[in-house]
Amino acid sequence: MKKITGFCLIIILILIFGFSAFVRASENILIASASNLRFAMHDICHDFQEENPSIQTKVSYGSSGNFFAQIKQGAPFDIFFSADATYPELLEKEGLAVKEMREVYAVGNIVLWFPKESKVAPDTGMHAVTSSEVMKLAIANPRHAPYGLAAEESLRYYGLWEEVKRKLIYGENISQTAQYIHTGAADAGIIALSLANSSKMLHEGKYWMIPDESHSDIEQVYVVLKRGKGKKSVRKFLDFIHGKNGSNILSRYGFVFPGTGENR
Amino acid sequence: MNFAAPLLLSLKLSSVTTLFLLVLGVPFAYWLVFSRFRFKFLVESIVALPLVLPPTVLGFYLLMAIGANSFFGRWYESLFNKPLAFSFEGLVLGSFLYSLPFAVQPIQMAFNSIDKKLLEASWSLGRSNIYTFFRVILPLSRHGIITGCVLSFAHTLGEFGVILMIGGNIPGITRVASVAIYDEVQSLNYGSANMYAAILLLFSFVILAAVYFVNRRFTRTI
Repeated sequence: MKKITGFCLIIILILIFGFSAFVRASENILIASASNLRFAMHDICHDFQEENPSIQTKVSYGSSGNFFAQIKQGAPFDIFFSADATYPELLEKEGLAVKEMREVYAVGNIVLWFPKESKVAPDTGMHAVTSSEVMKLAIANPRHAPYGLAAEESLRYYGLWEEVKRKLIYGENISQTAQYIHTGAADAGIIALSLANSSKMLHEGKYWMIPDESHSDIEQVYVVLKRGKGKKSVRKFLDFIHGKNGSNILSRYGFVFPGTGENR
Repeated sequence: MNFAAPLLLSLKLSSVTTLFLLVLGVPFAYWLVFSRFRFKFLVESIVALPLVLPPTVLGFYLLMAIGANSFFGRWYESLFNKPLAFSFEGLVLGSFLYSLPFAVQPIQMAFNSIDKKLLEASWSLGRSNIYTFFRVILPLSRHGIITGCVLSFAHTLGEFGVILMIGGNIPGITRVASVAIYDEVQSLNYGSANMYAAILLLFSFVILAAVYFVNRRFTRTI
């Protein structure tokens, strides 16, 4: 009995280690990606890997502020796609990123999103958040999620911040915020256009585009980190993002491109 | 393969952690039971801390202790040329501390419940401490050792807070099953989140049922 148990344990261990050794691919790129990119990044990696089957992309999603903290603690990413410009700049200053490998890749937008059953008419604009229909309004945490900060700025711009403050629930990042409204935990939310345009959400609700002048520009910047320095696969991936295929995917999700103010 | 990867990683983490806990937990429990150290109660409290401590507290201090800016983290990196935080090895360390009481306490209880007369008989027959340990104590407490292993395996399998804190959510490296659930929900893939959750639920139940079954059989034979 005892021998059999020990034998089984050893077999299981060998299987587990064997498997995990087998999984390891030749060339990996580890990407830290802001949550608002989640669905677009998924498509980008899918297409990129079709073109470059030898390179495996592994993406971790979260809020830009959390990634900043993780990278400072030694998290082993090659590229960081932030939802703002500040965190990448700070990383470069602290010597954790490669110099001159920092670039704006897209400009984001925010929308006010309601589930399709909601009685609120989305074209009433920002003041819809004061409606009694909206008991809970979800935004991303402004302290470390750039899209949450933009949401706060916008609510302040319309003079609604103090009034809706008690209705707010904070997502840890922007895709958790989207999850709150998608599941009905909140009655409305301010999320990234790129998430509202994803196939998961597009037909589940209606949204109002929040005007650009109500918040500072959401310039999204990537930066190559020390671990990705000189890696050919990283260069290829960035070329792909800047190339036709990559930009098509980004504009499909509603990103505009730096400088043009419109879809490229 | 992509779906199975977090589950395999969880199994790997649990196996490695349990192995470490078994190797170090048994002598440690022996020391806790048989030593006459005055401040043993303090050591016992430290071992039991993860039972009451929120995982984020443990995770936060661990991150401070093993992160890139810490003394230990820098020492480790200079030694192995890779960071300890956000790596599998870091997760093993975190899980080891997190599951320590689940391994040590059942073993400790089993050692404690052994009839002292049996030990005295062994010693008075001229047998050494080591002989007594392997031929009397260990066989008599095998149910406690099995319980300790199984519980720490299951406990590590479901760990979330510590891992998110010191490991993040890196596919293939630190995205274990519990973190994958969190990630799938945020991708609005409730179906796959449900699959992971159901597998963990089933696994936990089967493990507990097995422990109770084995323990019941053991108490009956006595």
